[in-house]
Amino acid sequence: MSSACLNDRHATGLDETGGLAHIGRMTTTLETGPETEVLISGGGFAGLALAIALGRAGLAVAVVEPARATGTESAFDGRVSSIAPDVRRMLTGLGVWARIPESQSVSDIVVSGGTVGGAASPFFLHFEREDGGAPPFDMVENRFLQAALRATALDVPGLRLIDGARITEVATIPGRIAATLSTGETIAAPLLVAAEGRDSPLRDRFGIKTAGWSYGQWGIVCTVAHERPHEGVAQEYFLPSGSFAILPMTGNRASLVWTEREDLAKAVMALDAADFAAEVARRFTDYLGAVTPLAAPSAWPLALQLARDYIAPRFALIGDAAHVVHPLAGQGLNLGLRDAAALAEAVVDAGRLGLDIGGMAPLEAYQRRRRIDATLMAGMTEGLNRLFSNDAAPLRAVREAGLGLVNAVTPLRRFLARAAGGTELGEAPRLLKGEAL
Amino acid sequence: MTLSQAPEATAKTTVDAADVARFSALAAEWWDENGKFRPLHKFNPVRLAYIREKALARFSRDGTARRPFEGLRLLDIGCGGGLLCEPMARLGFAVTGADASEKNIRTAAAHAAEGSLAIDYRATTAEALAEAGEKFDVILNMEVVEHVADIGLFMGSCAAMLKPGGMMIVATLNRTFKAWALAIVGAEYVLGWLPRGTHEWAKFVTPGELRSALTSGGLEVADLTGIAYNPLADQWRRSTDTDVNYLMTAAKAA
Repeated sequence: MSSACLNDRHATGLDETGGLAHIGRMTTTLETGPETEVLISGGGFAGLALAIALGRAGLAVAVVEPARATGTESAFDGRVSSIAPDVRRMLTGLGVWARIPESQSVSDIVVSGGTVGGAASPFFLHFEREDGGAPPFDMVENRFLQAALRATALDVPGLRLIDGARITEVATIPGRIAATLSTGETIAAPLLVAAEGRDSPLRDRFGIKTAGWSYGQWGIVCTVAHERPHEGVAQEYFLPSGSFAILPMTGNRASLVWTEREDLAKAVMALDAADFAAEVARRFTDYLGAVTPLAAPSAWPLALQLARDYIAPRFALIGDAAHVVHPLAGQGLNLGLRDAAALAEAVVDAGRLGLDIGGMAPLEAYQRRRRIDATLMAGMTEGLNRLFSNDAAPLRAVREAGLGLVNAVTPLRRFLARAAGGTELGEAPRLLKGEAL
Repeated sequence: MTLSQAPEATAKTTVDAADVARFSALAAEWWDENGKFRPLHKFNPVRLAYIREKALARFSRDGTARRPFEGLRLLDIGCGGGLLCEPMARLGFAVTGADASEKNIRTAAAHAAEGSLAIDYRATTAEALAEAGEKFDVILNMEVVEHVADIGLFMGSCAAMLKPGGMMIVATLNRTFKAWALAIVGAEYVLGWLPRGTHEWAKFVTPGELRSALTSGGLEVADLTGIAYNPLADQWRRSTDTDVNYLMTAAKAA
């Protein structure tokens, strides 16, 4: 249920001339430049989290980020993310969480089905706290998380942030990958990681294909103010043309993540402020009193995209570069940070044995651990989306029965809740258990 | 394709471009994790973890350091393509790799040069190194003693090279029916992991025989650990079962 973390796209244009011709220049760089052990392309959430985890474990890391640092805190852009408990443990352990100025704990998620403006539908599914444990998730404004990650990264010795630069060429040399930056600098490292977002240029450069399709839906995101307190309860309505999630934020505010059929979404985005507010109110209902949009909405097309491989020799994909899933389960950012946790652990453990950190052993360990998780999540969100995004009467009956069943079958409900919390799929990486590497 | 920080071993040999290419190709074969030496690559992590753990304890080093063994000298006997030497060098040891095969040594040196690792590779034997008076903090005898003619003599030479307070780790195959079935019939004939004739069962060494050879050399045996293969996980693990593969650690009094 996040306002999807699809914001770290880079318009990098790589040319195809990367070849052995650069080696002469490389030799000079290796003699004079500091050694880089892991080079990360992309300073978004997953890229920075990986850099911090590796840097804290003593590795020399460089992060190349096309955006230039502004040095001032950015204004709220309406983007909010849900942070699963395991990811929160990781962020706490890395010293990032303490730098986030405010977050909203979500104590319960109420999932229901229905029709727009229809009678209040019965509540089908509750994800309560389990055994008095951590709340299902926390809502954090993306700008706060990004700033906290950056501030933490700046404090990690051996972590170099290279802003305003892109990787323009890559070449394989013995034992390393040599990357030439748009600044003219060449960095050779045993491992290169693409954390570039869904349109990862390096993924294409390494010949890794993706599979997926467009959902024919758009995601619409908007922050609203409401009269009465939300008490930390999130709502997700499955409406015929998509899901409508109400995610509690600090104060009497909520973030809406509204998925809508493409043609309808375009129509919604074309509405004037008053008409848009009315459409929001119809879906939101009046359970929290009057609802007022705080800013104009933003929207983007939704697609499923899974990389066929997460690794190539001396190369790994993390985050949206590896997988873009439907935002209805709020797992995009969490999947990306879990990738970072698993890759950091594989690399650090290999390094402690003296193994080549860019060798196939750590990369295969990473891929084994993560690909199944992302694929299951994609399948789960895909299944839910297909089940709910249809108003045909038979399907509606199936889904109402389905939700009732899910509610009745406790083990399945637990599995769904835990999978959403990332604790069901095999042994978790140490960082996600809140341990140090 | 040599980078600037070529190790000494390469510098000592006469560099011939065709030769370098030939040994680089051989090195690529040794180091292809899914190639001919895949079984060795699969086996490597478990023995590396064991060596690291024993050495951290023996020399009271910090396991979270990137190069915990800085300042210590290590000898790897029968180093082959350098699959142990390179990790040991990355962990900070000053590594000498010895192998009787000139071809192996040049292959290993070619690969180390590509990775800018400084490793002292020598085409020589343990006996020759001992005669030259070389001393080490750690000596690795991994999968070597089962190929040695006179284990007492060999262990004596190795023990003599150990500095006071130093340690030796030996990995080998036990002379049991199970070892014959798994290591020879299984690994060489059924799975084809190793070339036929790699091992001769009669030369396998029991832990008792190894222990007495080490003790005769003035060392004290500190640990015996088995290694077992789990075919389902395709992974090697430490085990209490020493019937097939096992590791023994011995130390010299300070």
